[in-house]
Amino acid sequence: MSIKEVIRETATIRFAGDSGDGMQLTGSQFTNTTALAGNDLSTLPDFPAEIRAPAGTVAGVSGFQIHFGSRAIHSPGDMCDVLIVMNAAALKANIKYLKPGGVIIANIDGFGKKDLNLAKYGPEADPLGEVGTQGYTVIPVDVTKLTRESLKDSGLTVKDIDRSKNMFVLGIVYWLYNRDLEPTRNFLRTKFAKKPEVAEANITALEDGLKFAMATEVFTERYALAPAKIEPGKYRNITGNEATVIGITAAASKSGLPVFLGSYPITPASDILHGLSRMKHFNVMTYQAEDEIAAIGSAIGAAFGGSLGITSSSGPGIALKTEAIALATIYELPLVIINVQRAGPSTGMPTKTEQSDLLQAVYGRAGECPVVVVAPQSPADCFASIYEACKIATQFMIPVMFLSDGYIANGAEPWRYPSAADLDDIPVQFARSRETDDEAFKPYTRNENLARPWAIPGTKGLEHRIGGIEKQHETGNISYDPDNHHFMTHMRENKRNKVADILPLIQMEEGEATGDLLVVGWGGTFGSIKQAVYECRQEGLNVSQIHLRHLAPFPRNLGEILGNFKKVLVPEINNGQLIRLLRDQYFVDAQGYNRVRGVPFSVDELKAAFREALESL
Amino acid sequence: MAISTVSNLSSKDFSSDQDVRWCPGCGDYTILKQVQNAMPELGIPKENIVFVAGIGCSSRFPYYMNTYGMHTIHGRAPAFASGLKLSRPDLSVWIITGDGDSLSIGGNHLIHMLRRNIDVNILLFNNEIYGLTKGQYSPTSKVGSVTKSTPLGSLDTPFNPLSLALGANAGFIARAMDRDPKHLKDIILRSEQHKGTSLLEIYQNCIVFNDGAFDLYTDKVSRPETALYLEHGKPLIFGKDNTHGIRLDGMRPEVVELGNGVSADDLWIHDENDHFKAYLLTRFFAVGNEDGFPRPFGVLFEQERPAYEQEVARQMAYAKKRNGDADLEKLLSGDETWVVV
Repeated sequence: MSIKEVIRETATIRFAGDSGDGMQLTGSQFTNTTALAGNDLSTLPDFPAEIRAPAGTVAGVSGFQIHFGSRAIHSPGDMCDVLIVMNAAALKANIKYLKPGGVIIANIDGFGKKDLNLAKYGPEADPLGEVGTQGYTVIPVDVTKLTRESLKDSGLTVKDIDRSKNMFVLGIVYWLYNRDLEPTRNFLRTKFAKKPEVAEANITALEDGLKFAMATEVFTERYALAPAKIEPGKYRNITGNEATVIGITAAASKSGLPVFLGSYPITPASDILHGLSRMKHFNVMTYQAEDEIAAIGSAIGAAFGGSLGITSSSGPGIALKTEAIALATIYELPLVIINVQRAGPSTGMPTKTEQSDLLQAVYGRAGECPVVVVAPQSPADCFASIYEACKIATQFMIPVMFLSDGYIANGAEPWRYPSAADLDDIPVQFARSRETDDEAFKPYTRNENLARPWAIPGTKGLEHRIGGIEKQHETGNISYDPDNHHFMTHMRENKRNKVADILPLIQMEEGEATGDLLVVGWGGTFGSIKQAVYECRQEGLNVSQIHLRHLAPFPRNLGEILGNFKKVLVPEINNGQLIRLLRDQYFVDAQGYNRVRGVPFSVDELKAAFREALESL
Repeated sequence: MAISTVSNLSSKDFSSDQDVRWCPGCGDYTILKQVQNAMPELGIPKENIVFVAGIGCSSRFPYYMNTYGMHTIHGRAPAFASGLKLSRPDLSVWIITGDGDSLSIGGNHLIHMLRRNIDVNILLFNNEIYGLTKGQYSPTSKVGSVTKSTPLGSLDTPFNPLSLALGANAGFIARAMDRDPKHLKDIILRSEQHKGTSLLEIYQNCIVFNDGAFDLYTDKVSRPETALYLEHGKPLIFGKDNTHGIRLDGMRPEVVELGNGVSADDLWIHDENDHFKAYLLTRFFAVGNEDGFPRPFGVLFEQERPAYEQEVARQMAYAKKRNGDADLEKLLSGDETWVVV
């Protein structure tokens, strides 16, 4: 039987298995290889909060979806073309993500009586047979048996051999999509440098998986995707949390400031702590504090001492930090607060994404407490956004909230990375020392940005005290004067709003600057919205898109753009937060599209929402 | 360090231009004075000194010192001080806190600071009451304390701050009182000399809400019988005319009268570096000394171990050596790249 080679413009595949099956690693290997092949891509890791939920259960299923293609890819794909399932529970949890007529590659060893029971199918069920009758193509593979056969001479124990099952499966998928094995070979040799026998066993499993797919006649076609036509340049693959780490490190390097990260472990932000703890040689100090409050407190203490103070957390942790954020605001010290948002309230769904901390970021503190809010729009954009956050914080002596989310933090995409010389300068000038006969130092005088001087301990003649008590204009001394408090409250607000002077004007992301429907998004929904707007415009619909990176203050021309459209639609993964800010500040009769399911928007649901909005014009 | 400029400083140079606003007769005044007296003797330029405080009466302290200062959040001074000292080990960092600030809302930060052993000096003003909020009982108030929030008397067992500190692996614990300024200043200097976190508990009288809480120890008449002044290498002797001592019977301490065959040679010799004996000393803590043991003052325990910020600096230096020069270009590109033309 000859195998047909089919050219595809895009493809979406989903790896799913038990938490212990190594699906995240398998997915990220496929991602790196695909990026190196020149395709554009977007990924969605989908893993349980529990480290090891009971093996074989639906709760313990870990998934990884990648959407890639020879054209620009903005979202991880609504539904997949190929679903790889390592056991019955993985099938049960993921069949809903498979396109009609899609392909299922199933490890049949994961469909025994026990697995069927654990997945709550019942011992006599035949779920693979059943989905086979629903128009899906099921390709059963006894991965366990084949991997053991492949590695019988490896000298490894059966337990260790079984750990290579994921590489066998990856080999199959590599064959199916014409991928090169070399990047994964290199990865395995590096990862298991101290255990070469394990590296070689995994490589053998990978190669034998590919050979199996080639030799057996289970597949009738395989797929080829040309490299995407993307902007020329040097690329690498990157996740949002990695880009955040690199952005902070670059800001340290360009500003000449040491970085001090005070953090407390929390999903999905911990990888920022992990990443920065490996950047000591860039003058980055990390401190795992005893709690969220100590984490931000230590960062503020370091900022007083002249470091770039940073704290990283997620919504529940940010809630604990609010009093300290307010203190940094009245201190007027630079501080970057990273919130990798997750589904809430409370513990909510820690590994699932949401955009529900926007109002917390803008308003969520006691007193009038204005901070700057910046939100990255994609994994790679975390770099530029956090770099900008560091710059704003130091130039305006103000806390900046960085609103990432679980989806872009863990999701990956190709990044056209800059060279160090391309990065903006971050000029920092500490206040200069004084002699005794100089005029007394006034820590709350201001420059053209309304920023006060950064006067660090160790500087002669600048001894001063800062505190949470209201301070007198210029001298910084304690003041309970009513008019002074009114003045200082407005001063802090004006300073925050003044940041808009240096922000770029907002550009149309898609479409014209006037028209019927304007879609306004912010943060991690960028890719899905862009894809949906793009497709709607291909269909001839009058839809335009802007995407906000700056939420407080807003860009100066936002009001003008909002006024140029008959209708404004605001899709958010929350109950309507940006829309409240827009209505409040611009009196715009905007309409929301809100889904809070812990997952990114699908392109199809957005397109339906856009059509509906246009129909009701 | 420029000693010549330092030696010119007097205690007045450490006084800020702000009006001190504690109640007349507050014990805080004496402590402020003794800290200002001790400062010139440290040999540290005043621009290298930072006072960090939480919230409470005592925590207004930094405003009155002509050094750098941070008035922070209730209970959180150790968090701010930790970040400051780790990033700026060249600074002399002091934490001013009270019993509510450090042992109630800030209890967590206190114990973690002590176990980490960051080289800061904690002056804990213990007055067994909440002053700034006007008279509620605190975590060091004695059981049965009748206060604004406990009209029928408090029910909860108070903390024994120095026992708690030892439990948290503190490397330096000491006790002093506002009414013995000379001793207070000596112990402040000792605290500063310790490399690592030092905790100095200071009995401080709140004249408005808990007046006389420590009279038993601070009153000049009763003090000789109730207070035990510790000196390294010296026997534990107390009492007017030094009539009594503490002897160890195996692991149990006992109060003995000197004379009649009992001499100073039979007594417990204070060893600041003995962890086990330090534990016993912190347990001399009965209300009103009802178990007969006097309350110890001075340095109960000191242990030399690396200060946390030194260890952090060592790792930073190691990482720099191991990784060579920080290469931003390499960081930006990572290990796997491709070119699109």
